[in-house]
Amino acid sequence: MTCHENGSTHRSQIDRRTLLKYSAATGAALSVGLKAPAIAQTRAIKLGYVSPLTGPLAAFAEADNFIIANFKDATKAGAKIGNANVPVEVVVKDSQSNPNRAAEVAKDLIVHDKIDLMLVASTPETTNPVSTQCEIEEVPCISTVAPWQPWFIGRQANPAGGPPAWRGFNYTYHFFWGLEDVIAVFTNMWSQVATNKSVGGLFPNDGDGNAWGDKVVGFPPVLDKGGYKLTDPGRYQNLTDNFSAQIGAFKSANCEIITGVVLPPDFTTFWKQALQQGFKPKVASIGKAILFPVAVEALGKDGHNLSSEVWWSPNHPFKSSLTGVSAKDLAGAYQSATKKQWTQPIGFAHALFEVAIDVLKRAPDRDGKAIAATIAATNLDTVVGKVQWGAANLPPFAAKNVAKTPLVGGQWRYKDGKYDIVITDNRTAPAIPVGGQMEAIA
Amino acid sequence: MTGWLDALIQGALLGGLYALFAAGLSLMFGVMRLVNLAHGDLIVLAAFAILVVATKLGLDPFVAVILASPILFVIGFALQHVLLNRTLGRDLLPPLLVTFGLSIIVQNGLLQTFSADSQRLRSGAIETASIPLGGGIAVGVVPLLTLLSAIAVILVLNFIFYRTPVGRAFRATSDDLEVAQLMGIDINRIFATAMGVAFVVIAIAALFLGLRANFDPTIGPARLIYAFEAVIIGGLGSFWGTLAGGIVLGVAQTIGARIDPEWQILAGHLAFLLVLVVRPRGLFPRALD
Repeated sequence: MTCHENGSTHRSQIDRRTLLKYSAATGAALSVGLKAPAIAQTRAIKLGYVSPLTGPLAAFAEADNFIIANFKDATKAGAKIGNANVPVEVVVKDSQSNPNRAAEVAKDLIVHDKIDLMLVASTPETTNPVSTQCEIEEVPCISTVAPWQPWFIGRQANPAGGPPAWRGFNYTYHFFWGLEDVIAVFTNMWSQVATNKSVGGLFPNDGDGNAWGDKVVGFPPVLDKGGYKLTDPGRYQNLTDNFSAQIGAFKSANCEIITGVVLPPDFTTFWKQALQQGFKPKVASIGKAILFPVAVEALGKDGHNLSSEVWWSPNHPFKSSLTGVSAKDLAGAYQSATKKQWTQPIGFAHALFEVAIDVLKRAPDRDGKAIAATIAATNLDTVVGKVQWGAANLPPFAAKNVAKTPLVGGQWRYKDGKYDIVITDNRTAPAIPVGGQMEAIA
Repeated sequence: MTGWLDALIQGALLGGLYALFAAGLSLMFGVMRLVNLAHGDLIVLAAFAILVVATKLGLDPFVAVILASPILFVIGFALQHVLLNRTLGRDLLPPLLVTFGLSIIVQNGLLQTFSADSQRLRSGAIETASIPLGGGIAVGVVPLLTLLSAIAVILVLNFIFYRTPVGRAFRATSDDLEVAQLMGIDINRIFATAMGVAFVVIAIAALFLGLRANFDPTIGPARLIYAFEAVIIGGLGSFWGTLAGGIVLGVAQTIGARIDPEWQILAGHLAFLLVLVVRPRGLFPRALD
């Protein structure tokens, strides 16, 4: 966090905080004096939830209404916090896929709705502004569905300074996987198919593209070590109508593998143009673009055997700590309730609420500090796997605030007019069963 | 060498798409001096209209566009007659504001109706079919059809403008609004007709956009700027100029991308600025106004 940015808000905030503290103290003194602490305890606990319900990121939030309805149902009778049964309220705000708007609604939730715990999901454009707002206002926040590097490094005052300059956060916690996991998953998948190890990279000029293509933390060093030859024509602008330059470069380098982190419309344009120009790689592992079945369906039959990272699927051997349903049943309930195919964010949206209720149950106090400390001590088996902060599978500077969930790789298979993802590599998380072997694109 | 030749050919084909985006805009500006900020969103709206007709009736998008065109003509006619005609006058600001608002309404309306899912027009094998030209260069059938359609649209628009009574009225209102009214031309009706024709052009642009890439309710504005640049490069009021403008833009982009993909968009904008510096009125301006 940058000090100069927050200087003025901070000052006015201290005044408000001090006031709140005094009023809280007065209230506490009064309640002690009157011997009626139960009144304060039964005040409903309020969860704030920010997600991109509309705008270009809306596909990520498509399952939110279903998940929240489920959650409200499961906590209808309230949650047992301490000795009391406390009603739980969820206040949902739409970020409209806009980072500025996300920060604004987060502030609104904190100041007007006076939430006790903030939840936020779906891409750094949503999680980062909300987490930053919470850190400033000292409200505990749990976030997910954004690789941890953009979430952690992107919020540093000096992102280029490296680990010595990076600081941990006191109120904001995140669970998801990282860049190192997706690189491992992709290279594991490629090793299953016989290729000439010539890789073409499609990295756009945005946060994700720059991180994936980064010469230090991205794909290039790992591919070098694995004996792969990377052809990276350079950063392109999102929403372009033409990929002939990249296709030309990949053709002349005889690339048999394509990878990248591409927006869905751009990938369709690229793939159609590549096929028109007679370029057909054996493997195409693409992040972001083909997460959702509708995006693959848009390719018609040409989406068969495209591969992607899989964060969650109905075949994951996990079950919900909140409702006890398995991953399979959760996806099934979504499909029968909405008549839409399951998508990966369902599991994570559900897990976010699982962690929230688990934290609230264990929290000794409603105070922000107490809740934050309780989040840090979480060790919960959720529908997306174990969520535990402070684990050893992360670099020390990030371990306090980041918990990693398992990541595997899968391929889209076209069958009877519809696409299903089949998990084809689980070397990164052997607990998750594979559904088949990698197949080369015919 | 074949690499540069390929860039040139692909650029010209891409230019066909930009020219289609721009033709509708050129028509609106040419006849009623309307700067339509909702043009990109209207293309997306038309793409959804084609999608609905195609999926509901189980038709190929090429057939669906023929069925959707009359509907879109009526929508365009009504839009101009009921809404946009009220905004036109000496002041340039009201139509700008109204079309800007329209852009937001169309985007959110589509989002509400069709959700954020990205969609695509599907037309079977033709999507990935191509004609090899030898030397590793291939021309996609759909991009080629795009360019040919752009040429056909320009031919038809020129025919309407210079060979028909309604075209004479278009030109008259464009040349001098007051005198045209004195001569008994009902400008409200003429403007509405022009907008209807522009919507049919929009439908054709939408067809090829939907065949080339995914579309969702929010991608419209990204296409608007290319349409504007193509119109300005070509010169206001000239349809052949718009086609040339689209091709200049497309070729500049593919040549730029050939040097480095980071240059793709920039090269297009640089070509645009260069034309503005050398020929501020565009390559083929129609009249001195």
